[in-house]
Amino acid sequence: MEDKESLDLYHYYRSMQENNIILSFKGNITADLLTSILEITENKLEKIQEQPRIRRKVFNILVECLQNVYHHMDEMEEEEDDNLVNSKSSVIFMLGQDDESFFITTGNHILNDKVSILTEKIEKINKLTDEELKSFYKEVLTKSEGLSAKGGAGLGLIDMARKSGEKLVYEFQDVDEKYAFFSMYIKVSR
Amino acid sequence: MEVVNIEATLKSPKVLLDKDNSTFEINGRSIPENTSEFYAPIMDWLKEYGQSPNSQTDFQFKLEYFNTSSSKCILDICRIIEEMKQGGNDVKISWIYEEYDEDMLEAGEDYEAMVDVPFDIVMVKSEDEDLYK
Repeated sequence: MEDKESLDLYHYYRSMQENNIILSFKGNITADLLTSILEITENKLEKIQEQPRIRRKVFNILVECLQNVYHHMDEMEEEEDDNLVNSKSSVIFMLGQDDESFFITTGNHILNDKVSILTEKIEKINKLTDEELKSFYKEVLTKSEGLSAKGGAGLGLIDMARKSGEKLVYEFQDVDEKYAFFSMYIKVSR
Repeated sequence: MEVVNIEATLKSPKVLLDKDNSTFEINGRSIPENTSEFYAPIMDWLKEYGQSPNSQTDFQFKLEYFNTSSSKCILDICRIIEEMKQGGNDVKISWIYEEYDEDMLEAGEDYEAMVDVPFDIVMVKSEDEDLYK
């Protein structure tokens, strides 16, 4: 078969199958879409019949990740006016599982200017012990007086690290002189 | 005072604020994108209630989970209750969590440490039957 696209699709299919992807999405996220994604995920997690404790944890971290990229998208939209398909405000996320854990991955574009500050935030979080994370969370929360509705201040990242009990795995890839691509991977042990 | 009675949705908790029946509770999940919009009427009501509260106030949180932007609003509610205590009123916060839910237990402990209000952290049996399968 010469049709390259269909071959690509089979490749995607197999790769998702092999990696046990429960749900994946690429595109622009709207508030309605976010609601649907959360609804679908919740149903799927219930069918997987995981312990409710783990189910809640996965769901909770997923909410945080998605709302993070959702709010971040607003900022990106202010930056650019590309057409929707090629838009840098479009994001990707995946939820997958293996025998030991669930994993959540998200990817989005970020302005090159913001790479170093985000790196600092994550590196700081990754250095902290559980107890230190707990006090850092409280510190950021109490200092967040007058904080924007978007959360900001990295409280979401601290929460993800705390709830997952794992380090935040992340990567930046060069895109062009203005943007980088930010990927994050969070594991939740079963 | 008017009763605040907000039904739960997929993203927001059930809220019942009823001065006459002395019921003050937030129940369920709190993950709206725009938390300040959701919580604004609740804050307004509580501030007004704080002007002349009942002889005892037991504010109940029974949360399944909440996003980090809600965590700020929850702290603001606790702060209003703290102000009522500073004004010499008999207040407490009941933080109810389901038995396996360590994250919500920890969240309760966080708030207990952040405000000067008596906290009852109460464990209840889960309503989720899957737990016993």
